[in-house]
Amino acid sequence: MNRQPVVTTMDRRSHPPYLHEPYRSTIKRAPQRRLIPLPQTLSELTGPVFGYDDVRELDSDLTRNAVVNGEPLGERILVVGRVLDENDRPVRQALIEIWQTNSTGRYIHQADQHPAPLDPNFTGAGRCLTNDNGEYRFVTIRPGAYPWRNHENAWRPAHIHFSVFGTNFLSRLVTQMYFPGDPLLPLDPIYNGTADEKARQRLISHYAHDVTVPQWALGFRFDIVLAGTRITPHERP
Amino acid sequence: MNAPSSVPSSKQTPSQTVGPFFAFGLLHGGENILTDDEALGSRILVRGQVLDGDGAPMDDALVEIWQADSQGIHKHPEDPRIHQADAHFRGFGRAGTANPDREYIFKTVKPGPVEWEADRVQAPHIDVRVFARGMLLHAITRLYFSDEPSNNTDPLLASIEDPVRRQTLIASREETSDLPAYRFDIRLQGNGETIFFEP
Repeated sequence: MNRQPVVTTMDRRSHPPYLHEPYRSTIKRAPQRRLIPLPQTLSELTGPVFGYDDVRELDSDLTRNAVVNGEPLGERILVVGRVLDENDRPVRQALIEIWQTNSTGRYIHQADQHPAPLDPNFTGAGRCLTNDNGEYRFVTIRPGAYPWRNHENAWRPAHIHFSVFGTNFLSRLVTQMYFPGDPLLPLDPIYNGTADEKARQRLISHYAHDVTVPQWALGFRFDIVLAGTRITPHERP
Repeated sequence: MNAPSSVPSSKQTPSQTVGPFFAFGLLHGGENILTDDEALGSRILVRGQVLDGDGAPMDDALVEIWQADSQGIHKHPEDPRIHQADAHFRGFGRAGTANPDREYIFKTVKPGPVEWEADRVQAPHIDVRVFARGMLLHAITRLYFSDEPSNNTDPLLASIEDPVRRQTLIASREETSDLPAYRFDIRLQGNGETIFFEP
């Protein structure tokens, strides 16, 4: 290609492959031809930049950003963490968008037919920017597990979808955050899409007693490490 | 003696599928319009379908694009010309295919050429990413324009030897609307599979 890599790309050991047969929808949607190395020109080393104008304060509080006539039902939680590069440096002003089910395991999306009640005071969508330390914080309701049709008696473990923009488009990540100790995790083909167990475990948040607010809400910590980390010249492999 | 490696260790957070229910979290309206009427350059439409291995258009795909403005400048601090970037243009767009035509559509401007190396430029192109249920990891491709003479000297296109495969990166000009429109169908697998890049 045109030049030595300037930033890291997605590490194959950490990320799932396109084809993971236990997750049936991958079978017809996985690219099969050889992937071509992506050059690292300005088109790849740049990427969308977001600012504080793009988010409002209430966007990060899912217990308040859709209130109609009361508080949403369910277990109020805090989800905090840092967005980092692979050298543990904070990624500042990273846009994080999250979406999830309500406490009953139902998405507000019209295509979700799971017969569980919607919550009139909860949409389950939020966003925020990381601060100068790479930190983010959401207030939300603990999502529920829900059934899907991948295999007999298939249930998705409770999760929160995360979309993250880093410092360039090579750091783009969409992922899901899970909860510690969930008995559905070993049965879930999406969670298990990554073969490496240590990598998989990075998808599980940790209960954080220091984040828990007394008399109010339990805290969970979920740090996110992005590709697209700048490689200084002497570090090039 | 081997010095300790300071290449970043592998501890990236794994990718997971965007799933089928992302629209209420990621599409709030207007994300597919990258330009206003005062932007420099030619306004264009870019549209297409995302097709699965059966050739069926998917109604739950999410397409993201990133591109330079009509002068070839990216609105990002890494671009040395950022201070001349077009204020009426944002380089990022996002569109879903959950509509009767199962099509994504963007209103944007035709990007200008972007540097490859100091003495070579790339033909105008758009970085394209596809997310969907059934994709644990998103797919990356590039869109070039069928009526662009500089495609013949583009270093990336030149590096793809198979002309049939190369053609999967070329959006075809259509004369079906008020604005010049380019069709770019993305085939995830099977006959005519689009070229995808290592993410």
